Amino acid sequence: MTNAWTDIKNTDLVIVMGGNAAEAHPCGFKWVTEAKHHRGARLIVVDPRFNRTASVADVYAPIRPGSDIAFLMGAIRYCIENDKVQWDYVKNYTNATYLVNPEFGWADGLFNGYDEEKRDYDRTAWEYQLNEDGTVKTDPTLTDPRCVWNLLKEHVAAYTPEFVENICGTPRDRYLKICEMIGATSARDKVMTSLYALGWTQHSKGAQNIRGMAMLQLILGNVGLPGGGVNALRGHSNIQGLTDIGLLSNSLPGYMNLATEKETDYATYMSTRGNKPLVPGQTSYWQNTPKFMVSFLKAMWGSAATKENDWGFDWLPKLDVPYYDILRMFDMMSRGEVNLYFCQGFNPLLSFPNRAKVTEGLSKLKLLVTIDPLQTETAHFWENHGIYNEVDSAKIMTEVLQLPATCFAEDEGATVNSGRWLQWHWPGATPPGDAKHDTWILANIFLRVRELYRKEGGVCPDPILNLAWDYKDPYEPEPAELAQEMNGRALQTLYDPTDPTKVLVEAGKLLPNFGVMRDDGSTMAGCWIYAGSWTEDGNMMARRDNSDPGEIGTYLNWTFAWPANRRILYNRASCDLEGKPWDPARKLIEWNGERWAGFDVPDIAVTAKPETVMPFIMTPEGTARLFARKLMRDGPFPIHMEPFESPVENPFNAKLRGNPVARIFPHDLEQLGTSGDFPFVATSYRLTEHFHFWTKHSRVNAVLQPEFFVEISEELAAERGITKGGRVRVWSARGEVWAKAVVTKRIRPLICNGKPVHVVGIPLHWGFMGAARKGFGPNSLTPFVGDANIDTPEFKAFLVNIEPAAEEGASA
Amino acid sequence: MSERAPEPVTAAANPPLQPLASNLLPSDVIRVSATSDVPAPERELTPVAKLIDVSKCIGCKACQSACIEWNDTHPDLEENVGVYENPHDLTPDMFTLMRFTEYENPVTNEFEWLIRKDGCMHCADPGCLKACPAPGAIVQYSNGIVDFISDNCIGCGYCVAGCPFNIPRISKTAHVSKKCTLCSDRVAVGQGPACAKACPTKAISFGTKEDMVTLANERVEDLKSRGYDHAGLYDPQGVGGTHVMYVLHHADQPSLYSGLPDDPRISPVVRGWKGPAKTVGLAVAGLAAAGAVLHGIFARPNEVTAHEEGEAEELVTHRNHAPQGDREA
Amino acid sequence: MNIDLSRRSFLRLAGAGAAATTLGAMGFGAAEAATAAHVRAFKLTSTTETRNVCTYCSVACGILMYSRGDLAAGEKAELIHIEGDADHPTNRGTLCPKGAALKDFVKSETRATKPRHRAPGADTWQDISWEDAFDKIARAIKDDRDKNFIEKNAAGVTVNRWTTMGFLAASGGTNETGWLTYKTVRSLGVLGFDNQARV
Repeated sequence: MTNAWTDIKNTDLVIVMGGNAAEAHPCGFKWVTEAKHHRGARLIVVDPRFNRTASVADVYAPIRPGSDIAFLMGAIRYCIENDKVQWDYVKNYTNATYLVNPEFGWADGLFNGYDEEKRDYDRTAWEYQLNEDGTVKTDPTLTDPRCVWNLLKEHVAAYTPEFVENICGTPRDRYLKICEMIGATSARDKVMTSLYALGWTQHSKGAQNIRGMAMLQLILGNVGLPGGGVNALRGHSNIQGLTDIGLLSNSLPGYMNLATEKETDYATYMSTRGNKPLVPGQTSYWQNTPKFMVSFLKAMWGSAATKENDWGFDWLPKLDVPYYDILRMFDMMSRGEVNLYFCQGFNPLLSFPNRAKVTEGLSKLKLLVTIDPLQTETAHFWENHGIYNEVDSAKIMTEVLQLPATCFAEDEGATVNSGRWLQWHWPGATPPGDAKHDTWILANIFLRVRELYRKEGGVCPDPILNLAWDYKDPYEPEPAELAQEMNGRALQTLYDPTDPTKVLVEAGKLLPNFGVMRDDGSTMAGCWIYAGSWTEDGNMMARRDNSDPGEIGTYLNWTFAWPANRRILYNRASCDLEGKPWDPARKLIEWNGERWAGFDVPDIAVTAKPETVMPFIMTPEGTARLFARKLMRDGPFPIHMEPFESPVENPFNAKLRGNPVARIFPHDLEQLGTSGDFPFVATSYRLTEHFHFWTKHSRVNAVLQPEFFVEISEELAAERGITKGGRVRVWSARGEVWAKAVVTKRIRPLICNGKPVHVVGIPLHWGFMGAARKGFGPNSLTPFVGDANIDTPEFKAFLVNIEPAAEEGASA
Repeated sequence: MSERAPEPVTAAANPPLQPLASNLLPSDVIRVSATSDVPAPERELTPVAKLIDVSKCIGCKACQSACIEWNDTHPDLEENVGVYENPHDLTPDMFTLMRFTEYENPVTNEFEWLIRKDGCMHCADPGCLKACPAPGAIVQYSNGIVDFISDNCIGCGYCVAGCPFNIPRISKTAHVSKKCTLCSDRVAVGQGPACAKACPTKAISFGTKEDMVTLANERVEDLKSRGYDHAGLYDPQGVGGTHVMYVLHHADQPSLYSGLPDDPRISPVVRGWKGPAKTVGLAVAGLAAAGAVLHGIFARPNEVTAHEEGEAEELVTHRNHAPQGDREA
Repeated sequence: MNIDLSRRSFLRLAGAGAAATTLGAMGFGAAEAATAAHVRAFKLTSTTETRNVCTYCSVACGILMYSRGDLAAGEKAELIHIEGDADHPTNRGTLCPKGAALKDFVKSETRATKPRHRAPGADTWQDISWEDAFDKIARAIKDDRDKNFIEKNAAGVTVNRWTTMGFLAASGGTNETGWLTYKTVRSLGVLGFDNQARV
């Protein structure tokens, strides 16, 4: 989230698209009902199903799964055509005026530089025109045909209302009504917020869906403002935290990246991370990367990390491919290239696409270890559960260890919410049986491995032997110790660089913020963005003052938000160029003549004068990007692409299948179906009664939604002879499931290019363990292909067939 | 003796940290089933109400979940029968239920998914209490709560027949009638009902009835601004008004919402039923003793028997008949 | 009234870090309950209240856990109830159908409660001690890492990676667990490292 849940009360218009906030995040959604009640805000829902969010919407529009980019580019076209643009914002705070290389262009649904064989673009030309001093050429008059604004205008020209209706299946009158409502928030005193989640990410072009909305919000001037923003609602309670801390194949803590094998040493790695401003005078905060990187390496390897050994840079693994994401790992596993696998609070058998392939992969492991409060399906993947898990145990040679872990009620620490608040919690229950804290389990494993390396030697022992591990009880590091390690400490006394007599932080003390970090080894910090979370003043994450002096929902003394306790990112953009709020009634911060001040921590140096330093301090431009340069693999602008499995041809180029640069492994390509065999579009989703695969273990939630079902329209039910509550078989090119049928008016056939497209809705939550009835989920059916930029699986749009099925048993 | 708990004004509060004495006392009871001589209460509690704004309700079932947890009930694990209602109906272990209606509005041609939380309405003129033959099995407090006292219940099911909203359910195992208590145990210590506290979107509010009517009017105004010309408050006067009220977008057609009665009234059967004859033979016994006796007698059949149904039918014909007389025999 | 989230007086400060409070004699005592007769006894009597955060989604609602026994005082604590924290700015005491039933997740019959081992080809679990489980894991890590660790790639560049092992990290766990996991897994040279962000 750029903003926070409590900020939604400040909005005038909520658009929920690519998510289902009421259903998946009910308590956050209260701030939508609050805005409706007290501000008269309106709610728009765009979704393939009339879902629970739609039940309280002012306007609902259906959309074909996987066609969101067409809708969003159409909305941008509408705003440009009808002058629904916040011009001062666009001209000053975005790259609209920047000139782009003449070589950049597009045709036939592809940008320039496409290499079909490599399934990749040569992105060299997707850049700005630069002056000799390396700064960007601009045209403040927006007349140059190569300026970003005019290229964008040209790019969205194809997305006419007719085009949108044909591709999305959204009735034109509804679509135009929504465009009109959206466009109205280009006024300075009107703000729209966008709430999305996996409905946008789980596509082969998920990142571009989100960019589409980000661009629309920038054009309307809605980013950085109270009640605005682009808000990823996020999933698990600490998915934000784990992403912050970098528990991803290619990540380092604090949104730094692991080196590739082309970055042979620390200097080479840093050489591409200078982040020199592209526009004079801009902050370009990533210029500080060396400080954060060295502080991280010092947190990892303590005194063993020295300037001489590049701070232990070599001890970090180097990537030979962009990611070892879950799809790649399970593909490798299915080919017998992975031997050991740990699942900590994770249930890949049900969570990952193409379950048959996941089972095959797990069956080829030597050892699978699960660390989980629950007995998961993954831990039991080798156990035969009839049609629900049809395996031959005797043939599965994987050794499995199921280790019982504690859950939230039994442990202490912080989790990070969607609004980036780090909230501390305390234990209030004794763990059941022999369940143990994850920290104890990990420490025991690590210390044994370290002991083996100490005793026996072995390959590359240094990163293990040198890992900083100076906890009071090495077998059970305390949450407070770990939190302080992430916050960081001064290893030597830090002096003010502008006044060497002034002590900023004494040696050994906790860092007050990331501003004092150094790249000379005198500071350590596990995760730079968490600096300030546990200072010499105590645990900031445990603060419970819920006062809100500005009555604008920032709650600055409630726990701690990264970065620097800031509650709304890019909040400098809530003011005009002179530093006055665009909407005086919605003041968050303002320039008081000397400094920035207000009800949030300013997202800019507090003394940075207006009109010089632009609000988007993390980019070298200082502005937000309508044109993404070469930073996205599949184009600087979002372009409509069909899902890999679709009943509709790509309207720009019938030869293209899916995202032309998304990675797909050969065997998975063979397992894609076509609309001839699989005529219906399936989409997967969550239901409000359940959380992922967890609450089927809770008897109450099992009662509230006891059994796996699929949802179809009355029209499709009639076509296939399916009755309400009857049993159906649903199958794709990869597998089959049996379910009860919910036949509903909430799903309607969509008319795309004059032909009806039927949607089959498949909720997520069932398996063969727990308190609910045994069942399936969508992932026996889903395709093994991911987003071109981050490899999120395409769970939201694929093809299936459906028929009535005999009762239980006839299926096996 | 610890300080007495305040009267509840909201559900958005945490359980008090200081020890508090109950503020819902036997002496606050104003009506008792099958009992005519209830002493006049020494004080009058502020009437409370739960307001259910269907236009804010997202059908998430948090109310059901919170209700199960607070009341420690154990509803059965059922099947999916092609709808979102689970359990499929109110049960002795499920005091509240989200009901879903798919409605195509003929005026606007818009599809609407009407979701209503069903449960006890806590009528000012409670049909269940009037129908109940068991002394002390149903009581009404001066704040409006209508509560079932299981110890005194005989499980005869007359309250089901007496309820214009079809709410109480008879437990086949415990032989008692069960329904929402408006969390009388929480209200007693100044807290609101568990469902109202949990409700994520504040579709369920709780407070004094006066405040809830004010809130309802505010909501109705907002709904009218969104084109719901017939938005209104459901506080049916046929049962004397209720302590659970609805804000409806279509207040002119309550029955659209899974058959919410358009004009609920206590059936003439029950009104005819109510009278001195009902408690013949019981008036002399103390309440608790009577309850015990009745429980002993009637614990066998825990539903209304065919014979009793017959009696009820006779009552429909307004014959002056006392069902208790037969039972005593 | 709980009707007005923006304007209602909302300032009940609790001390930072105060984790638990015992509700010693709150509500009814047994004798008082008998006098009250009609109303069920308030079930949070003699419980300990602990502040926590819902473990499910990232709205991160504040919750109050009520248990018999005070963990902080070194006692065994049995969870008996969970409800929303009305002092929390986001959820204001509310909880969704999952959060409202958190107690039944904690007390689920299908919690894992002891370490178990499944031998190759077996169709049942065997109990195993923590010590034996850790020894097995450490040995497997050491042997496989020594065998399959890549110190240098074909070009002779130091890459120090180990791709025959993978680790999926718990996205419902704490930051502190996450950081310890990060240190441990990365120091081994693991690249097949992921969390729930995508699924």
